[in-house]
Amino acid sequence: MKPLLKVEDLSIRLPEGADRPYAVQNLSYALNPGEILCVVGESGSGKSMTANAIMGLLPKAIQAERGAITFDGHDLVSLEERRARKMRGNRISMIFQEPMTALNPLMRIEDQIGEVFLIHSDMSKQQRQARTLELLKDVGLPDPEKAMKVYPHQLSGGQRQRVMIAMALALEPSILIADEPTTALDVTTQAQILHLIKELQRKHGTAVMFITHDFGVVAEIADRVVVMQYGKMVEIGDAQQVLNDPQHDYTKKLIAAVPPLVAPEREVQDRSKQRPALSVKSLCKTYVSPGSWFKPGRTVHAARDVNFDLYRGETLGLVGESGSGKSTVSRCIVRLLESDSGEILLDGDAIQDLDNKALAPYRKKIQMVFQDPYASLNPRKTVGRIIADGPIAQGVPVAEAMQRAKELLALVELPETALDRYPHEFSGGQRQRVGIARALAHNPQVLVADEAISALDVSVQAQILELIDTLKKKLNLAVLFVVHDLRVAAQVCDRIIVMKHGQIVEAGETKAVFEDPQHDYTRNLIESIPGADWRSGHQPQPAVGKIA
Amino acid sequence: MSILKKLSSNKVALFGLIVLALLILVAIFGPYLYETSPWRMVNRPFMPPLENGSLMLGTDTMGRDVLAGLVYGTRISLLVGLISTMIALLIGIPLGASAGYFGGWIDEALMRFTEIFQTVPSFALAIVIVAIFEPSVYSITLAIALVSWPPVARLVRGEFMALRNQEYVLAARLNGQSDHNIILKEILPNTLSPIIVMASLMVATAILLESSLSFLGLGDPEIMSWGYMIGAARTVIRQAWWLSFFPGIAIALTVLALNLVGEGLNEALNPKLSGSRES
Amino acid sequence: MSIQTLFYIGGRLIKGLLVLFVIAIFNFFLIRAAPGDPAKVMAGEAGATDELFLQQLREQFGLDQPLYYQLWVYISNLVQFDMGETYRQQMPVFDLIMDRLPATLLLTGTAFVLSLVLGVLVGVIAASNHRKWIDSAISVAALVFYATPLFWLALMAVLLFSVFLGWLPAFGMETVGANFTGWDRFVDIAEHLVLPAMTLGLFFTAVYARMARTSMIETSRADFVKTAKAKGMKPSRVTFRHTLRNALLPVVTLAGLQAGQMIGGAVLTETVFAWPGIGRLMFEALFQRDYNLLLGVFFISSAMVVLFNLATDLIYCIVDPRIELAK
Repeated sequence: MKPLLKVEDLSIRLPEGADRPYAVQNLSYALNPGEILCVVGESGSGKSMTANAIMGLLPKAIQAERGAITFDGHDLVSLEERRARKMRGNRISMIFQEPMTALNPLMRIEDQIGEVFLIHSDMSKQQRQARTLELLKDVGLPDPEKAMKVYPHQLSGGQRQRVMIAMALALEPSILIADEPTTALDVTTQAQILHLIKELQRKHGTAVMFITHDFGVVAEIADRVVVMQYGKMVEIGDAQQVLNDPQHDYTKKLIAAVPPLVAPEREVQDRSKQRPALSVKSLCKTYVSPGSWFKPGRTVHAARDVNFDLYRGETLGLVGESGSGKSTVSRCIVRLLESDSGEILLDGDAIQDLDNKALAPYRKKIQMVFQDPYASLNPRKTVGRIIADGPIAQGVPVAEAMQRAKELLALVELPETALDRYPHEFSGGQRQRVGIARALAHNPQVLVADEAISALDVSVQAQILELIDTLKKKLNLAVLFVVHDLRVAAQVCDRIIVMKHGQIVEAGETKAVFEDPQHDYTRNLIESIPGADWRSGHQPQPAVGKIA
Repeated sequence: MSILKKLSSNKVALFGLIVLALLILVAIFGPYLYETSPWRMVNRPFMPPLENGSLMLGTDTMGRDVLAGLVYGTRISLLVGLISTMIALLIGIPLGASAGYFGGWIDEALMRFTEIFQTVPSFALAIVIVAIFEPSVYSITLAIALVSWPPVARLVRGEFMALRNQEYVLAARLNGQSDHNIILKEILPNTLSPIIVMASLMVATAILLESSLSFLGLGDPEIMSWGYMIGAARTVIRQAWWLSFFPGIAIALTVLALNLVGEGLNEALNPKLSGSRES
Repeated sequence: MSIQTLFYIGGRLIKGLLVLFVIAIFNFFLIRAAPGDPAKVMAGEAGATDELFLQQLREQFGLDQPLYYQLWVYISNLVQFDMGETYRQQMPVFDLIMDRLPATLLLTGTAFVLSLVLGVLVGVIAASNHRKWIDSAISVAALVFYATPLFWLALMAVLLFSVFLGWLPAFGMETVGANFTGWDRFVDIAEHLVLPAMTLGLFFTAVYARMARTSMIETSRADFVKTAKAKGMKPSRVTFRHTLRNALLPVVTLAGLQAGQMIGGAVLTETVFAWPGIGRLMFEALFQRDYNLLLGVFFISSAMVVLFNLATDLIYCIVDPRIELAK
């Protein structure tokens, strides 16, 4: 088969002062007609750079230094701008990662899509409108007539991505470049968008270049795969072959870091005789968006009658999509948010109504590990102070608190010298260890991990998960693990709770929930995980590394 | 001092810094080195510049030395600029910090209050205050401070609102630290860079305000100032251009130097391009 | 216009009235905080020795009555646009101000439009030549004008364009004694307007140019601009259809909010050019220590700003489709 687009020996130089001289180096691969080619790599691998070069969207400071991108008999690298423009949005089009910001907020959807026809065709206004409507129907927007007239802010993230797809496919291009188009979306929306791309690709025979960091997504849609590391291609091959029999060590490592979607067998303890470390009873929390004199406020139920118990020595997963209320619940429990009603019993005592002073002793018993290791440490404090300031505020003498901080650093496997250094000197994973040390400074019974690994690279994720697990056993902690990634939840949680729109829809032992979900929503959630069939335990595992 | 290093690597900011340093030297030592009183009649009135070797910039309508006026005026300009900015910060930072940190009705009340001050034409307000409380260096400084704090409050409020939900602040709350501690030790140190940038630009604006007030005859009658010199020479502009020209250059140079330093600080402290400013 | 927009504007109107109410109270207490007999303070330098006039003021403002009663009298007078009389002109303060207001509106209006158009234009030129010499030149020029005192610039303009070159009139709004009518009068006023409007406008041109430049550069990095480029659009079209509109919204808002500063500038400009507006009136009131008049001008100019802000809100309401989401 004659390839549609060929990247040949492409090198793109980075401006001086970057961490490496080339964004991509000696890159060669081809895109065949009608296939979905996934370009995979971690952040900074240069995977998006080629796409931007194809589209002529490279920043001015970055230029292709060598090589060619051949499409339709032209070299896109050296093609003059005026002629390259004729291809863009017409023969080759692109969709982006952030649907929330990718559309012009001041233009109606109709006009933004219509613009493509205006640039590349001489269709009349009626024709443009008719075609736009057709496109909006094709991408499955509810009420396409109405969608024509609305502004982007009136649509959800998934809907906006559908608009972007409609826009990209308006002139039936030969190539669609999709740059992480589902990364910013929830898992069920992601599944729908992936499905849509695949369906439209089949229907129109478009070749798709799909850039992603997620091997699950690769398993879901790819025909062929290119794996990139530090600007170089390390592996290329058919999807099945790369996914199940990777050749390069880096690919093996990446695939091994994807938690298999199968909950391991866990020892089930009968805890009904124990007193729960944390008990949540009928917790409710509603947000009322501020209305004004003429407009009633909108009420959102972030937590509706939430009940659960958490025991020492176990990990309870709180899973759900954004807006499910899982973060609200976790923040109510640690009293960062005030709940409306219900009880929060910490070690048997109700804490939901205590004032700041009365709450202080209970603060020691429940602590939190946060999501973003870059935002969770005060940049102007030394690591030692970050860990010790909590106990100091609670009346522990400074010297004693600092001594304890030293011990805690050892506990989270950081060197003692970290004590006097500032957060910016550490990597994301190391920072997260500091965050954990801070949470442990009070000797808590309950540890709430709020998406504590989702901002980390996959390989680091595994290490932090292992650390939390070790500490849980060592210190007999009760861990509440708030997480949106079901693959992670399957691996680390003894029990899980599934939330939707502020309500618990399902709760149970992890293995049971994954193998036999009772609620439709749970089933939908699990089925939506990209590459659900891959690494689900039914296929042989690549034999590298161990997942914590 | 990496900030100073960054500043001096920026040529434009370095220029501002040097000019500013010279002005500060003149403000401190000028009156000791140049002993001619700016009020004393030293020669015949309306003497143009360079006509007399000892009177480089000539004399004014009453035969007073223009250069002496410039030298003595430096101190008052910088002092009023600096002190009024400090007072404005003392009003704006606590207001903005409490509004931003506590939110809710406290925020609502404080911001309505700030809004009123922002709506009122600030220069007109300053005129009214100085006029009614009699022009003096105190009333001028106070009036300038009173019209300058709202942008500070808004800036600090914005920063506090953004930072109060940062995870490290939440962690401090979970650690049982007091609001007082969190505001002063966790959040405030992290808002200092934009405050410093704004303050340097505010000193510049305050100097402009002071000179404008003095120009209208609302200066302290005891103190020679650049604005007063221009105001007094306004009606004789046709006969003696130098009387207004040189003090104006002095003001523009000072304000420009401060603005350049402010811009330089902004680039050094907030690497993102963020040139817009509320004034 | 939808009901919601009407309510929104109504809400803003009430807010504006509240601001004016607070300013009125502030004025009231300011007079009483000034050292000396409030009647004398109000009467001003010239009128302070005329016992009859002082008595008249005491009666009108109830100055021998308790404070709350005085406040009541003051506010209810104000609501009826009664701000007392000036001694020198023997004229109600309100009428005097209204008499002078059109000149100020003409000056500030011209300067505002001029500086906004010019500022945006220059800012956009600078932004589209980001990091080239023309950008640096514009940035430096903007900084210099931003730093130059307005009143000094005005004087220098008089010196250059009237005294040395003799191109333009330096003082007043019309040629005294010429009694032009119709087109001639228009030209005459326009000629008188050039220098004051230019000097007042130059400072604000610098302000708006800086804002427009920053806003354009920031917006040109927005994702939707990348989307537009990916459609195969010409760079000039991307700038005009996508970047510009989004970049200008915040500039226009800020410009509207800064209208109050125009009034301050007008005091200085009108003083130098003897422009017969309320700024000049303020200077005269200062000169005559006529504080009642001074506060009157202050109040009316605040009212102008409130009105202007309201107009800005209205325009924003129409231009930005997202406004209905905002509170």
